[in-house]
Amino acid sequence: MAGKVKWVTDIEKSVLINNFEKRGWVQVTENEDWNFYWMSVQTIRNVFSVEAGYRLSDDQIVNHFPNHYELTRKDLMVKNIKRYRKELEKEGSPLAEKDENGKYLYLGLCVFHRLMFSVNIPRRPVQPWIMILSHRFKKCVPKDSKTSSFVSQSNKEAYVISLYINNPLLIGGRKFDLRLYVLVSTYRPLRCYMYKLGFCRFCTVKYTPSTSELDNMFVHLTNVAIQKHGEDYNHIHGGKWTVSNLRLYLESTRGKEVTSKLFDEIHWIIVQSLKAVAPVMNNDKHCFECYGYDIIIDDKLKPWLIEVNASPSLTSSTANDRILKYNLINDTLNIAVPNGEIPDCKWNKSPPKEVLGNYEILYDEELAQGDGADRELRSRQGQSLGPRAGRSRDSGRAVLTTWK
Amino acid sequence: MLQEESDLSLIIAQIVQKLKGSNLYSQLERQAWGSWEKRILKSLNSMCTELSIPLARKRPVGEQKELLNKWNEMGTDEPDLSLFRPVYAPKDFLEVLINLRNPNYENGDSLSFRTHLGLIQVPLKVKDIPELKECFVELGLNIGQLGIDDSTQVPPELFENEHVRIGQKVLAQQDSAAAQQYIRQGSPTALRAELWALILNISSQPEDVLYYEQLKTNVIQHDLLVDSLIYKDVKLTASNDDYYFVFEDYLYQVLLCFSRDTSVLSHFAFNSASPPKSYIRGKLGLEEYAVFYPPNGVIPFHGFSMYVAPLCFLYHEPSKLYQIFREMYVRFFFRLHSISSHPSGIVSLCLLFETLLQTYLPQLFYHLREIGAQPLRISFKWMVRAFSGYLATDQLLLLWDRILGYNSLEILAVLAAAVFAFRAVNLMEVTSLAAAEAVLADLSTLKVMPLLQIFLFATVT
Repeated sequence: MAGKVKWVTDIEKSVLINNFEKRGWVQVTENEDWNFYWMSVQTIRNVFSVEAGYRLSDDQIVNHFPNHYELTRKDLMVKNIKRYRKELEKEGSPLAEKDENGKYLYLGLCVFHRLMFSVNIPRRPVQPWIMILSHRFKKCVPKDSKTSSFVSQSNKEAYVISLYINNPLLIGGRKFDLRLYVLVSTYRPLRCYMYKLGFCRFCTVKYTPSTSELDNMFVHLTNVAIQKHGEDYNHIHGGKWTVSNLRLYLESTRGKEVTSKLFDEIHWIIVQSLKAVAPVMNNDKHCFECYGYDIIIDDKLKPWLIEVNASPSLTSSTANDRILKYNLINDTLNIAVPNGEIPDCKWNKSPPKEVLGNYEILYDEELAQGDGADRELRSRQGQSLGPRAGRSRDSGRAVLTTWK
Repeated sequence: MLQEESDLSLIIAQIVQKLKGSNLYSQLERQAWGSWEKRILKSLNSMCTELSIPLARKRPVGEQKELLNKWNEMGTDEPDLSLFRPVYAPKDFLEVLINLRNPNYENGDSLSFRTHLGLIQVPLKVKDIPELKECFVELGLNIGQLGIDDSTQVPPELFENEHVRIGQKVLAQQDSAAAQQYIRQGSPTALRAELWALILNISSQPEDVLYYEQLKTNVIQHDLLVDSLIYKDVKLTASNDDYYFVFEDYLYQVLLCFSRDTSVLSHFAFNSASPPKSYIRGKLGLEEYAVFYPPNGVIPFHGFSMYVAPLCFLYHEPSKLYQIFREMYVRFFFRLHSISSHPSGIVSLCLLFETLLQTYLPQLFYHLREIGAQPLRISFKWMVRAFSGYLATDQLLLLWDRILGYNSLEILAVLAAAVFAFRAVNLMEVTSLAAAEAVLADLSTLKVMPLLQIFLFATVT
């Protein structure tokens, strides 16, 4: 009756394969009948492309949404957030409130502040910035080294100018960023989970804001893949800290209220980013997705969203890392494929609390709407972080959000 | 050594009080410590000769400038440390303690001291569980504790909120004695830094900051052999630690200054040890040319930097971090690596641990002894380091709260015994020392307060 789940993957990572095997699932090829396909982002493009004419059946699940790039491509994310903000403004939503300088009070989420199709950089920028080529259609050539303007060889290039955070929070004199995992099982209604065991990635080199250091790749980019090639990379801890260490450090040195506020804001940013793309996301019922959110904190304890990864790295840099990623996949599979049995896409995607493992409900739109949607706005405005900050006492509710 | 005692005539009365009841042992201590001290000095000197590095030298100006520039990132330095080795490790020290005997004492005569089957053969007085229960009464089952009653399942109205309020009041009144009493039930994370400073009587006055700056200048101007030992220790221990690697640079800033701080010498008045001495070149044996080496009289051993590391979670200003560490050292940590008969001294702690185990977990104790896994061989390193680097940081801080609250290190021995009790079932099944070590290798998931509470208050005695 209940046969074994048949799985395929094009990502040869042990943390994945061990998890499939421990469930007694059977490996097949992509041409056979499969139930579960953990695919790379290239493959998902093929599966859902118009030419492919792929029809997924009810007992098939994949680990990406067809147009996840609405969230994971920086230029599209910016576009979607801007659209979302405008909509809220039109509705007269208090969430879209701005301050005297025209800055959004609650929705100034990300590092990016300008989207450009050709780049003309002022000669002496007031604040340093990083230019990130968001989506490469064609190479660009520098026109003139003096004015540093670039000419795009095609109209189809998108660049994002990112505001460079030159006052990052430093710990032990080092810069770091946060990697958090967020699982989305459905966008409409939005149901997302936050993995409790995120981590901080530290630069191996001391941070100094002097411009001569701007060339030092290792100081400014904290991605492990890059840090690994720095001389000081350590294979025991991998330059990583758990989020709970961060919390302990911040509570001890800065106080409990500001720390709770920081974490609340981080959760807020994540949920808002998902809400912004929810309307344009193809909410295919065969899909779920586990994102890697990169967040940086400045020295005023304000978090900034850097980017969202649809295919967070499953490579392990240390023993602890391997355990963490193994458990991450394990908990993800428990939620996405209930009971480890052959999936049925018609299910309501509401797993029981016991299977969440290290995930916590970040936002459940159905539950939130059940309470009355304006509750969210009221509590967010009031910013009442006193007695409700930190742990919620209600079981079965969204534990993380005080502003829900 | 006799010379020093006569110089410290005012302090002798205090020493006598501290060694009350154990005058018998002072000779024993001096002999034991004397030979141990000779050994480590010899080790230091031979390293010196082998590597042709002087114990101390003045830095050339260019080098001074360079060091000043790099002061905040000494961790990126990669000096060749391969030829340096730690002067000693805890297990070497354990061997010394095992061989301690009181020449005036005969085993056969005594009826009051049961046959002790552990490694420590010095009959010091240690507490039993009923006495410990009296001593640690605030850890009792019916009293709220941070580390137990602040877990997510417990509504904060029951204990945590009120406890935080009281803590804030204590801080507002700057009452050191009240803080010490308060912290026996644990400190809220947000208040801990201030509470510890209050209990240790540390307030950052301008002269304290100036003192630290002066030590820093000292470091810049002179290079000590001991510095390389410190570097090596940090690189071997804290740099590889999941929690503390981030603070590597702070550790250098604290420890290098610490080794030059002669005010630390004053703790030797309460220590039967005496600071090692060295002589200016060419004046060997001439007392007028004797200096303490290193200037603070403390030779770092393998793992020494782990005393400082947890404090980095609380204090990020170097001179404050320094003061707190120095005070913790001269009040508590020095007792963990010197020989004395003090109830918080390492010898007493070892004996307390072994006695607790032998008395209340006799089956386990005998079993481990039979398979050649004397429990102290495993727990010694935990106690010498005050569990730093073995427990998760939040748990370690809860433990050190109690050290401050009770002004005693005995809780380390109790915790060590409690850990063995907790893993007793698995330990009963092992058949070798290596296997026993494996069972006890990872303490990072332990919750210390429930363990202590159960061991002291919920075990049938």
